[in-house]
Amino acid sequence: MKIDFTHNQSAHCENGVVSNLMGYKGFKISEPMVFGIGSGLLFCYIPFLMVNHAPAITYRAMPGLIFKRFAKRVGIKIQREKFSNKEKAKARLDENLRKDNPVGLQVGVYNLVYFPDEYRFHFNAHNLVVYGKEEDRYLISDPVMETVTTLTEKQLEKVRFAKGAFAPKGHMYYPIEFPKDLKLEKAIVKGIKHTCRDMLAPVPFVGAKGIRKVAGLIRKWPKKKGVKVANHYLGQVVRMQEEIGTGGGGFRYIYAAFLQESSKILKNDQLSELSKEMTEIGDLWRDFAVDASRIYKNRSALDDAYNKVADQLNTIGNKEEAFFKKLKKAI
Amino acid sequence: MKTNEVPQDKSHLESVSREVYYAVDENGEYKKALSSGWDVKTIALENALEEIERRVEDAKRRVLENKTSPIEYYMELHKMDVPVLASYVGIWQWRVKRHFKPSVFKKLSAKTLQKYADVFEVSIAQLQQIKP
Repeated sequence: MKIDFTHNQSAHCENGVVSNLMGYKGFKISEPMVFGIGSGLLFCYIPFLMVNHAPAITYRAMPGLIFKRFAKRVGIKIQREKFSNKEKAKARLDENLRKDNPVGLQVGVYNLVYFPDEYRFHFNAHNLVVYGKEEDRYLISDPVMETVTTLTEKQLEKVRFAKGAFAPKGHMYYPIEFPKDLKLEKAIVKGIKHTCRDMLAPVPFVGAKGIRKVAGLIRKWPKKKGVKVANHYLGQVVRMQEEIGTGGGGFRYIYAAFLQESSKILKNDQLSELSKEMTEIGDLWRDFAVDASRIYKNRSALDDAYNKVADQLNTIGNKEEAFFKKLKKAI
Repeated sequence: MKTNEVPQDKSHLESVSREVYYAVDENGEYKKALSSGWDVKTIALENALEEIERRVEDAKRRVLENKTSPIEYYMELHKMDVPVLASYVGIWQWRVKRHFKPSVFKKLSAKTLQKYADVFEVSIAQLQQIKP
């Protein structure tokens, strides 16, 4: 059985799954729209937590939150199921496919066989859509991939029951109730306000303040941790910012695309100007990544070089603070 | 970023798929654009993989020197850390760490060994014997 489902490639898996599932139900909604309404943009340094033996930094909201907020704000209902029993998880999936209902699944990346080895880490918040089954192979639409693919029953079970942080526990979800037509205007305003609040939060490791906090940490790394570790940490910052799923510039370009689309829907020219400004901030993030890569490429650790990228980050922090203050007023 | 500035470098991903960027076209409109890769992040990824390789080699050396058990070696080989491994085998972290001690590892029951062997997808014999 194969459901007539359109695979649209996206930058980020969660937005992409939502956008594609909504498209199947006849609601055309872009990836940046899902990301913006779901207040996906963020900056957060998570103290004491280490990921891949480096400090944890994120440029986006927690996995699952974007869809949750999006659904609430546009008024759709999502059915979610988690399982402790693998057989039951499979049975429920098959049942949905028989009813012509494509579903979203949360999966772990480590055992996702169609990814190249280099990309397979223990990251459990990846999302994909299953849109059919032919013999014992599930038809998979992974939004970050150019084309659709397949997985065997065994392979799919393994990724649905990956372990570790954010273990998916077979998590399956799909939208069930829809309003007659989506009212985006209010949802956009809510989404933007929420993001402004997050980015201007009076918490030292969140939002603009968080960016400046990390700038301060980077200055100390070479002396405190030694060249090798400092370079490893810096490489991890760049990976969190630029790795597949971000759309470039730590999600800042996706957000700029959202503001551009919103300016047309809300007929608010200011948002279009702010979109351009966000694009420039995204470019600054890219410049930061380029200069950081020079450090870890040459494996040098001149204090100066570290101070320089820290300065860049500080500037970005100030710019984002000014930006979200303006955005708050524009809405 | 402009559409024509979207990087088209070599990467580990390009043989499988290109990835989506959001970029501005000549009319100032945001569009999706595909990228084959970007050196800046490929280098970061390669450094991270080298670091993992170094950790695997280091663990192997310590197993051969009888300073740690093969469990730590296999853990590194599977890009895991203690919390991830503990979650896969369903054993508390402090017990997993204890199983790194060669003297404790030698006394592990067949049942416990099997749990680790299943997670690492090796036989118990392979789990017990690391070749130099």
